[in-house]
Amino acid sequence: MSSDAGNEHWSEVISTKRGLLDLRLGELWRYRDLVAMFVKRDFASSYKQTVLGPLWFFISPFMTVIMYTFVFSTIAGIKTDNIPAPLFYLTGTTLWNYFNQCFISSSGTFINNAGIFGKVYFPRLVSPISTIISNLIKFFIQLGVLVVIICYYVWFRGFEIHVSAYVLLFPLLVILMAGIAFGVGVITSALTTKYRDLQLFVNYGVAMLMYATPVIYPISEVPAQFKPYLLLNPLSPVIETFRFSIFGVGSFSWGSLGYSTLFMMVVVFIGIIIFNQVEKTFMDTV
Amino acid sequence: MSEVVIKCENISKLYRLGSVDIANFKDDLVRTWATIRGKEDPAIALAEGNDRTEKAMSDYVWALKDISFTVNQGDVLGIVGRNGAGKSTLLKILSKVTSPTTGSIKVKGRIASLLEVGTGFHPELSGRENMYLNGHILGMTKREIDRKFDEIVDFAGVEKYLDTPVKRYSSGMYVRLAFAVAAHLEPEILIVDEVLAVGDAEFQKKCLGKMNDVSKNEGRTILFVSHNIASVRQLCTKGLLMTNGRLTYSGDIGETINRYLAATQASGLSSYYFKNQLENKDIELLSAEILDSENNRTTEFSIADEITIKLTFKSLKKTPNLYGYVAIKNKQEELLIESDTYDYRPNCFENIQVGEYTFLLKIKPYILGHGQYSFYLSMASSYADNFLVDTPGDILSFSVVDELTERGHKRSSKTSQLLKWELQNAI
Repeated sequence: MSSDAGNEHWSEVISTKRGLLDLRLGELWRYRDLVAMFVKRDFASSYKQTVLGPLWFFISPFMTVIMYTFVFSTIAGIKTDNIPAPLFYLTGTTLWNYFNQCFISSSGTFINNAGIFGKVYFPRLVSPISTIISNLIKFFIQLGVLVVIICYYVWFRGFEIHVSAYVLLFPLLVILMAGIAFGVGVITSALTTKYRDLQLFVNYGVAMLMYATPVIYPISEVPAQFKPYLLLNPLSPVIETFRFSIFGVGSFSWGSLGYSTLFMMVVVFIGIIIFNQVEKTFMDTV
Repeated sequence: MSEVVIKCENISKLYRLGSVDIANFKDDLVRTWATIRGKEDPAIALAEGNDRTEKAMSDYVWALKDISFTVNQGDVLGIVGRNGAGKSTLLKILSKVTSPTTGSIKVKGRIASLLEVGTGFHPELSGRENMYLNGHILGMTKREIDRKFDEIVDFAGVEKYLDTPVKRYSSGMYVRLAFAVAAHLEPEILIVDEVLAVGDAEFQKKCLGKMNDVSKNEGRTILFVSHNIASVRQLCTKGLLMTNGRLTYSGDIGETINRYLAATQASGLSSYYFKNQLENKDIELLSAEILDSENNRTTEFSIADEITIKLTFKSLKKTPNLYGYVAIKNKQEELLIESDTYDYRPNCFENIQVGEYTFLLKIKPYILGHGQYSFYLSMASSYADNFLVDTPGDILSFSVVDELTERGHKRSSKTSQLLKWELQNAI
């Protein structure tokens, strides 16, 4: 046999050990067609066999905003920084929903895909990445709704907006939301393959997190002694910056945005490392 | 000699049995702590071999133990062994679905694995979209699929339905399309696990032919697992025999099959216990035993004995249209008894609730002739993917001897029905 030469060239070695930093991102790139196909699948399956179809992309934010306006503004009387309440909530929930959906889908990566992961190998990161992209498309649709509503308020209600140069930070805000959702989601999914306790917590956790983020209230309404804690939440600056860049009210600081960016980078990095370690053996426990 | 493309060195795989709970969590902490301090994983010391004729004592089991072999380019390697011998685990490790506990596998060339047909098929997507989706999952690029598009459609014979969602496909069309995509993969190494068990006979033949072409004409390496000894013999050039997680023979395919058949049929297996809990099935066979009339486990019966097969199931989920199927075959793989739970209405599996159930199957005296037999079991439902819910397979074997009659062992009939020569009045 020609095999015992010792200097043979193997294209791949399957073994127990894999370096912590052996992230195989190149391999991920080779599977980009699969990412595209998964995105397409997500869309095709979302609203198949519904009468209203893609209209649901619009209906759900509308319903949420009407509900929030009634409960938090009309009943509870929470101030909204002089922005009309529906607009205030819509800006908050549009960004928040993107985070929420990315997080929920990333955190279920292993459990929801167990069937397919158990039968064939492809880089597992393809799944959370494709859901982040498909959610991004849905996010842009809802963003379109937001723009239409803003125009309505400007033209018909005489509301003045103060769009500033900070609007250019918008792509960063989207990346921050996606990155944090992906990082934390992927860590959660890695930790839930064997013990599902955390998975049960996720749904409550994410709902509670919304109340710890200035989605339905402005930071300016928060009592001074709680503000520092609220700013520990890396999502707070993202939402505040978004409103600030459009309406010119609320708080903005480069420091807190920098903190969010750092947080996102750390959590994405740790997320990918843990994910890659777990993907090798999760099939045995899921 | 041609080039070595797979070199498998001391592969072992440890599995934990039982459910996940707080005891399990403690166990994990102990194991992690030991590994952090650089000591041997304590579970490794506890683990036992994967012998399904005994009840499990330890919570840890070696699904594979010290497997080493090499595969040359162009080989068609048949992996045979009883259920639970570790064949599927080995394929999963080779396919990178899970990683080994110890050891390493070195590979030259791209591997594509086909552990199931139609992985990732989405019922709402059209045939065309699913072709691409499935192809991408199996590692093909868009360009590769574009190039082979017509060939795939032709092979599957579904050109009229390309834009129909696959949920409207018949199960035959579904399988044909799925296999067609897989058959047109162009990896250097192809891993195939029993996928030929589905589809009609004609299509199976077509698939075998396609695989044959691929290995002979294009020099590709194939690893093939099947319970269908006939197709293994037809297709493979070399064989691996696995027994209870160990590699017991590797080499010529004919010799591998002979040893496999000898091992399963000569000794007789009077019991089977469920061990692996890797995938939760809707219904699982917990144990199977062959009993004589005094309730003793045995593998040798006289033609005058009643043979009782005791099956204990655990139903985890109600499955609509569930039915059980058994087959008793002789050494020549000829089918002598075939029966399913629809034979006696109502089908006792039809509305089975969650819980544990024991069934007794009785084979009356003077039915089976002198010889050796294997007992095959599967559970199926028209609602399940590929129809099969679980296939324990050939789990038991036994022999029937004829020592009562003058002709005895020399009787070559397949049944042992004795005919009484009744004298009528003399003329």
